[in-house]
Amino acid sequence: MAETVKVYSRPKTLIDKPWHFCPGCHHGIAHRLCAEVVEEMGLQEMTVGVGSVGCGVFSYEYFNFDGIGPSHGRAPAVATGVKRVLPDRLVFTYQGDGDLAAIGTTEMVHAAVRGEKITIVFINNTVYGMTGGQMAPTTLMGQVTTTSPLGREAKQAGYPIRVCEMLATMEGAAYVSRVALFNPAQVVKAKKSIRKAFETQMQGVGFSLVEILSACPTNWGLSPLEAAKYVENNLVPVFPLGEFKVPEGVK
Amino acid sequence: MAKVSFLEERCKGCGLCIAFCPKDCLELAESLNSQGYHPATLTDEGKCISCAICARMCPDVVIEVVREARR
Repeated sequence: MAETVKVYSRPKTLIDKPWHFCPGCHHGIAHRLCAEVVEEMGLQEMTVGVGSVGCGVFSYEYFNFDGIGPSHGRAPAVATGVKRVLPDRLVFTYQGDGDLAAIGTTEMVHAAVRGEKITIVFINNTVYGMTGGQMAPTTLMGQVTTTSPLGREAKQAGYPIRVCEMLATMEGAAYVSRVALFNPAQVVKAKKSIRKAFETQMQGVGFSLVEILSACPTNWGLSPLEAAKYVENNLVPVFPLGEFKVPEGVK
Repeated sequence: MAKVSFLEERCKGCGLCIAFCPKDCLELAESLNSQGYHPATLTDEGKCISCAICARMCPDVVIEVVREARR
């Protein structure tokens, strides 16, 4: 080929280093989408990423912009502080389901209730990934994990929590959506949704949350491709995709 | 320069790029990288349309895609 044009290359908002994620883990795609959106919005110098505890714990090692590592589940509280002191910054948290929907439920709910102008990127893979695949609040009924070896039973462990549906009822939440990453079309939609959430924040409209249904091939005991299919066939019926709340004027 | 280039040392051989390639022009190499994975490679550049679906599905950001400049 003579002259070439770049179609895709690594965004500058990602530090050039290998990731600790398992093969086929959707965390990598989610990290990349956040970084791409920050780059496209030209906000690399104006972004503060707030990490979490779990597989997303090293986000500050990978994102090439400012980052904070808060204690377990407290990312929305830390992000609230950062955003109130530096209101012109893009402040987003990157949290898994163990961090956000279990120990961090209070912080997440009250950040939404207060209408804090922050964004939460919520990775829902239905298990505690880093600690070995234990049952999480989002684990599906009947799903086998290391702490529900016979499958999740309602009598013992209740039902999966639907974060988007819950937050969509709150007046303080401006943009709430659920996306997935199981095929290229979904990845494109997920990126658009993250963009909308960040725009919601930067236009000063209010609180935004994007839930990303993700595969955890290692803890589900599936190949990367089977895990992507599992998201499509098993997670999506329980956690329907779509935008639950969209503010006017944000495209 | 090939249309699709891989940072083979970083590839974990998950195969998502191969599964979603619309032209079936990728496969896992016979060789191993230093992590012990079979990295993905481009097998038939003639079939490749530089759509970058492989790069958009790659969880490890190992793929770069270029296309010929249009005149």
